[in-house]
Amino acid sequence: MATNSLFRPLQGPSSTPARSVKIEFDGRALQVQEGVSVAAALLSAGVSRFRTSVVSETPRAPYCMMGVCFECLVEIDGQASRQSCLVQVRDGMKIQTQRGPRALTDGTEAGNE
Amino acid sequence: MSDIQTGDRYDLAVVGAGPAGMSAAITARARGLNVVLLDEQEAVGGQIYRNITRANPRALDVLGPDYASGARIADAFHISGTVHLTGASVWQVGRDGTINYLRGGKVSSLHATQVVLASGAMERPFPIPGWTLPGVLGAGAAQILLKSADLAPSEPVILAGCGPLLYLLGWQYLRAGVPIKAVIDTTDTTDYVRAAGHLIEALAAWPMLKKGLKLMSALKKGKVPFYRGATNLAVQGTDAATGLRFTVGGKDMHVDSKVILLHQGVVPNTQFTWSLRAKHSWNDVQLCWTPDVDAWGRLEGLPNIYVAGDGLGIGGALAAAVQGQLAGLEVAAVAGKIDAGARDSAAAPLRAELAKQLRIRPFLDVLYRPKDANRVPADAVTVCRCEEVTAGDIRGYVALGCSGPNQTKSFGRCGMGPCQGRLCGLTVTEVIAQARGVSPSEVGYYRIRPPIKPVTLGELANEA
Amino acid sequence: MVSQTPDLSKREADVIVIGGGLHGMSSAFHLARRGKRVIVLEADYCGRHASGVNAGGVRTLGRDLAEIPLSLASRDIWHELGELLGDDADFTPSGQLLVAENEKDIVTINKRVALLESHGFTHEKIIDGKTAHELVPTISPHVCGGIWVKDDGHALPYRAVTAFRLAAQRMGVAVHETTPAQRLDWRDGRWHVTTPRGTFSAEHVVNNAGAWAGEFAAQVGDPVPLEIGGLMLMITYRLPAFVKPVLGAAGRPLSFKQFANGTVLIGGGLRCPVDVIGRHGEVDFIRLASSAQTVTDLFPHLRELPVNRAWAGVEAFMPDNIPVIGPSLSSPNIVHAFGFSAHGFELGPIVGRIVSELVCDGTTAHPIAPFSAGRFRPVTATEAGAAVPVPFSIPTGVPR
Repeated sequence: MATNSLFRPLQGPSSTPARSVKIEFDGRALQVQEGVSVAAALLSAGVSRFRTSVVSETPRAPYCMMGVCFECLVEIDGQASRQSCLVQVRDGMKIQTQRGPRALTDGTEAGNE
Repeated sequence: MSDIQTGDRYDLAVVGAGPAGMSAAITARARGLNVVLLDEQEAVGGQIYRNITRANPRALDVLGPDYASGARIADAFHISGTVHLTGASVWQVGRDGTINYLRGGKVSSLHATQVVLASGAMERPFPIPGWTLPGVLGAGAAQILLKSADLAPSEPVILAGCGPLLYLLGWQYLRAGVPIKAVIDTTDTTDYVRAAGHLIEALAAWPMLKKGLKLMSALKKGKVPFYRGATNLAVQGTDAATGLRFTVGGKDMHVDSKVILLHQGVVPNTQFTWSLRAKHSWNDVQLCWTPDVDAWGRLEGLPNIYVAGDGLGIGGALAAAVQGQLAGLEVAAVAGKIDAGARDSAAAPLRAELAKQLRIRPFLDVLYRPKDANRVPADAVTVCRCEEVTAGDIRGYVALGCSGPNQTKSFGRCGMGPCQGRLCGLTVTEVIAQARGVSPSEVGYYRIRPPIKPVTLGELANEA
Repeated sequence: MVSQTPDLSKREADVIVIGGGLHGMSSAFHLARRGKRVIVLEADYCGRHASGVNAGGVRTLGRDLAEIPLSLASRDIWHELGELLGDDADFTPSGQLLVAENEKDIVTINKRVALLESHGFTHEKIIDGKTAHELVPTISPHVCGGIWVKDDGHALPYRAVTAFRLAAQRMGVAVHETTPAQRLDWRDGRWHVTTPRGTFSAEHVVNNAGAWAGEFAAQVGDPVPLEIGGLMLMITYRLPAFVKPVLGAAGRPLSFKQFANGTVLIGGGLRCPVDVIGRHGEVDFIRLASSAQTVTDLFPHLRELPVNRAWAGVEAFMPDNIPVIGPSLSSPNIVHAFGFSAHGFELGPIVGRIVSELVCDGTTAHPIAPFSAGRFRPVTATEAGAAVPVPFSIPTGVPR
């Protein structure tokens, strides 16, 4: 999966070795760099679709990386609509794609009327 | 009954930890005020100096000396004795200096006698066909990935648009050995002719101009395919970007890439100042709204609230630091910590420095004025990304008597999504202005209301 | 398409309507249907304040006794709005449910319905807890009953204003936006209305000026103790559909609904301060927090739901919480319809018809005596204090 990632770590010697944490995305285990945002971690792990839009249910992914555009919304540890570019990745995080307007109750997906 | 916990009182609250915010805090602290600074990030730096306190030597080398200079301000800030609330999303700034914020899932509030808003800039929206596809990001966003996570595109990347940040990123990628597929520049020769009128002023700011030329020539030396005067930009792809189509010199071109970085300048992030109902003016050169302020950055009609940095109009990091210091001096004077004489003598060299920093702006603003077609798009193009409202939809509302952005919310939920109009506001104003044949000034902007950042019902009910 | 730039050279009409809100547009529409030439003068843009940004409740439930006949007649028009205007303003007959959360609430609702029945009104029905949960399966188990009105519902406020406006314009009504009326003068058997864009004149004037109607009432010799107040609402992100009826609560302020697009609108009589000069209501989050508390009590699963926007609209409140509707008591050819105290949206369609009858026929068959401007003894400005809520009048939300 990570082989298809749109972004990869810069090669080269770095003074602090990147330590990694384990997270889960849509049930898949991922090893990602510690200390980065969830959005950066997912991008480097090959995730290219973070959510589907609420009207046409088309795929969306981070656009601004600074908390302005709200395209990177995902569900983190059961809480929907988190801005993944502003949340730092933590070991054991369970992250899910957000499909359209998410149900808050049971994680079922639903589209629009 | 919920009670939002009301917290401490400060002489000064600063919102934003970029160069302007840090400088305002440092200056006020140096005069003995008690200062709190709130910022969304975990570390200082804002966007321009993002991650500066944690950047490794190699990253500093790739990003270049301008970035590295942010470390000096960060160091001064850390020893200033400012209370720094990290990871704090400010969702309301009241006219009386009340600040409501969300931190660690908890709603809190504090009160400050004076407030400096330093929420900086954001990339100008770039509404073209396909700009909502995954794989399309702002060049600034890509730069944040580089600064904060050491990430670069894994395949040859397209840089499209115009403006210093686009070329800077190209230069940084070259230094880092990241392959660039093409730079597709929307600047055309007439822009150079128009900008030439400002060349004398710009030459006075020679070091900066030289820096710009260095970036451009580095890109050219890097043997990157460089297309100038590109029009009709359209991102290709159905559920992710696959390439960019454009026209150069009457010829239709196509370049493949899964990562397309768009940029056409940055604009002030004015959510706070609009939400305070401050007076704004349309800047026809920078094509954005700027709040009306006095020489210290004080908002007209709001004597206790100041703006510093790119939120006043785009001036860059060095100008922002100076504006932060000026606001800090006036805040200290109002608080009675320094007299007018001391304030003015400290301010004099700062004003000279600010003038110097801003000298190159008219040249850059004219040279890299984003093209009309990339700001006021064709009917089919999505303008409001959240609620998926197109330019054609908006023109349809105008035909039904919609005269301004606030009615577009009622007509079709335009601007009513999570981003609260940040990514569509300027476009909506300009689309309506064009459709009505009046100035953006007459059309106005969205009424921005708190919460400036969404807050959950649970957080609001204070049960979170 | 109707031209949106009215001809400023046409300054004379049969009727001038002051205020381009729902009531003004409904008045203009009904007057035009009666063949009158109408000019509407709107200070900002049509639907800018209470009309455009209220909660959109089409509610007969819980109204003051005096308003019930009008609200039932108005609701009939809502159900036919599509045929009348060519646009139904997204009217959705979802029903409205007032929930009882404890024994005390049960006593309250039983009293209420008994009172209505003693006056011959049978539209409000008592239901038990089981029925309430059948109507709203996701509601908290502690809800133990309620009042149910199945023919109530909701519509989109701004769209309703626009639907009336476009229909009125198609019949030749001239709408002048950003044209605030300033002074009314009766000269040579006509009213002359001064505005920054010059003077307009007409035989009749209708005062539909909402929060700003008090000054025109005073100018024509009918001073009333109108208070300008703000009312807050908030709206959330979109969610899959989980509640159909509009909800209120018997024991605490609430107005709650989910639109077809999935967003949830929350309000319910949440007053807030107003900057009268700036024509702006100031959102007070401390008070909104109590609404958030009510909602999360009734629907615990909504705790994670983000509030995307909150706003406050500017509205006219009368001390007895019912509007002023009727002819001027002091001046000729003036009809007032204002002061709806945050529950005028549902009444818009019928009030415009009543206004047109008062202008054209000098009388109406609808029972409007309780709404006379003369019901207030003359008051001084200092006495015009806070509105006194009438027990069991449930304000719907208002404005942005």
